[in-house]
Amino acid sequence: MSTAPRAGRPRLSPRQRRDNRAGLAFVTPTLLVVLVIVVLPIAWTVLLAFQHARLLDLQSMGLFGDWTWRNFDQVFTAPGFWDSLWTTLVYTVGGTVGSILLGLVAALALRRPFRGRGVVRGTMLLPYVAPVVAVTFVWETALSPQTGIVNHWGTHLLGWHKPVAFLSTSNYRTDLLGFHVHLPLALMTVVAFEVWRYFPFAFLFLLARLQAVPGGIEEAATVDGATLTQRFRHILLPQLMPVIALLSVLRFIMTFNKFDDVYLLTGGDSGTDVVSVRVYDFLTASYDVGSAAAQALVLAVVLMVVLGVYFAFFAKRVQEEQA
Amino acid sequence: MSRAQFEDRFFGILRWVVIGLLLVATVFPFYYMVLLSFRPTGQLLLDPGALWVGVHELTLSTYRDILEPTSEGGQGLLGMLRNSALVSLGTVALTLAASVPGAWAISRLKFFGSRHIGAVFLAVYLFPASLLAVPLFVMFSRLGMQGSLVGLAIVYIAQTVPVSVYMLKNYFTTVPVSIEEAAALDGCSRLTILRRVVLPLAAPSLMATGLYVFMIAWNEFLFALLFLVATPDKWTVSLGLSQLNHAIEVPTTVLMAGSVVLTVPVIVLFYAAERFLTEGLTSGADKG
Repeated sequence: MSTAPRAGRPRLSPRQRRDNRAGLAFVTPTLLVVLVIVVLPIAWTVLLAFQHARLLDLQSMGLFGDWTWRNFDQVFTAPGFWDSLWTTLVYTVGGTVGSILLGLVAALALRRPFRGRGVVRGTMLLPYVAPVVAVTFVWETALSPQTGIVNHWGTHLLGWHKPVAFLSTSNYRTDLLGFHVHLPLALMTVVAFEVWRYFPFAFLFLLARLQAVPGGIEEAATVDGATLTQRFRHILLPQLMPVIALLSVLRFIMTFNKFDDVYLLTGGDSGTDVVSVRVYDFLTASYDVGSAAAQALVLAVVLMVVLGVYFAFFAKRVQEEQA
Repeated sequence: MSRAQFEDRFFGILRWVVIGLLLVATVFPFYYMVLLSFRPTGQLLLDPGALWVGVHELTLSTYRDILEPTSEGGQGLLGMLRNSALVSLGTVALTLAASVPGAWAISRLKFFGSRHIGAVFLAVYLFPASLLAVPLFVMFSRLGMQGSLVGLAIVYIAQTVPVSVYMLKNYFTTVPVSIEEAAALDGCSRLTILRRVVLPLAAPSLMATGLYVFMIAWNEFLFALLFLVATPDKWTVSLGLSQLNHAIEVPTTVLMAGSVVLTVPVIVLFYAAERFLTEGLTSGADKG
């Protein structure tokens, strides 16, 4: 198409070259900071994962010790590793899907203006901005079998036979529609907490997108006799899909790596032993840095595989629907 | 009644039910927290289901107990509040200093890789904090900075720089280029333009980004736990409260008072800057 000489890079005007230099000069401090406190530590984790390293040895050890696969052996053969990976996946998918669905419901409910909408919107963001330590305390207190308000009203009003230990029951037997079912109650409670705490995040993004949808198409569809649910399914949802896809990825990543919520609610007991809590246990209980690093690395690799699969299939489909 | 009419009416009612339920779900836990913090512990054990606190049993002793220094028999939360404030303010200053030049360059100057660099910054969040925790833990214990508030603030930069670059970039692109060009014609250098023209114009957005960073640092728990757990006089409020829960038998009502103290600063700041914050986070989302 162009007649420019084929020798390598396109020629830059002096102004472009100045911009180029200035741009790099301005970005460098930011990049350096990220490099030193993010990239280097991550690279070091990868190295540590292949070395036999305990915290005490590290004081004297060089950067490159003896290479070994033992840490990975330990990670994969440690009791409960596969269970823990499964728990992490259930927790992540439950938290992601739940928070986006609830966020969507909230955004749809608040779409049309009404008096006090601003206040309601601000209030719904509270779970997201409040400190995690404080909100986990409140949940723990409210769900406590002895002094918790949930169990108090459950036994007094709803006719529960005895208080339910929501956060320490890994296997709750109950009768549902005449069937005996076993519920992983603690895990379900933790997922519910996740949904409660992060639906505001999805709500915020979806509401912003909803308000940018032009009204004309919907009005036309109404005139043509489309009902509310039809308008949602065929007009709103397709326009929301890219944001939903983005939110799914963001929430999946964040929930998959989540540590403090589970650690503070259950300490990783009662069937809620997610991998990031295991990393912490490896690190602090046995000071086994090598195994902790290997465990963290396995977590990151699993996450990348899942995201890779996601981008290979879903992202392409969304783009096609868009086109 | 046609299907369209039925749906309009049905969802018209459902909408208010949903708004009501969501409000209860978001507000009740905070109400419950404040409620318990004003009740005497004995009363809580007698009547755990109470939904309000009578004037005659209202007490402030829980707050005295949690705030007073340990030397006077309290739990020493006041000192931790100081630590938290120091770490959070330090993080805000460091993060803004590190991200303003980069964000401005990305939003303004066309240079090699400028279109992708924003995505590169966000890719940082792909890696679990636990992956960072291991080497940082080692690095800091080697430098003897384990148990130092400065070290903690440095770690927090890693968590906050990417999102603050992203937010600031979005703000800077809304500042009209023509103003900067006028300044350039008057002979201002790029640094002067950034300092004298762009930053004053973007002051509200700087504040919003700073507040968001403050909230992340104030609420953070994992790194505080890893780095400071052995040095109780350096504990942040989050860490201190969580340790109280484990260590000795501290009454629930006192813990709730502590939670209120921990939550109030964040919520006050959030309401002060809510509009800027929500716009900053979601700008770009409405472009699909």
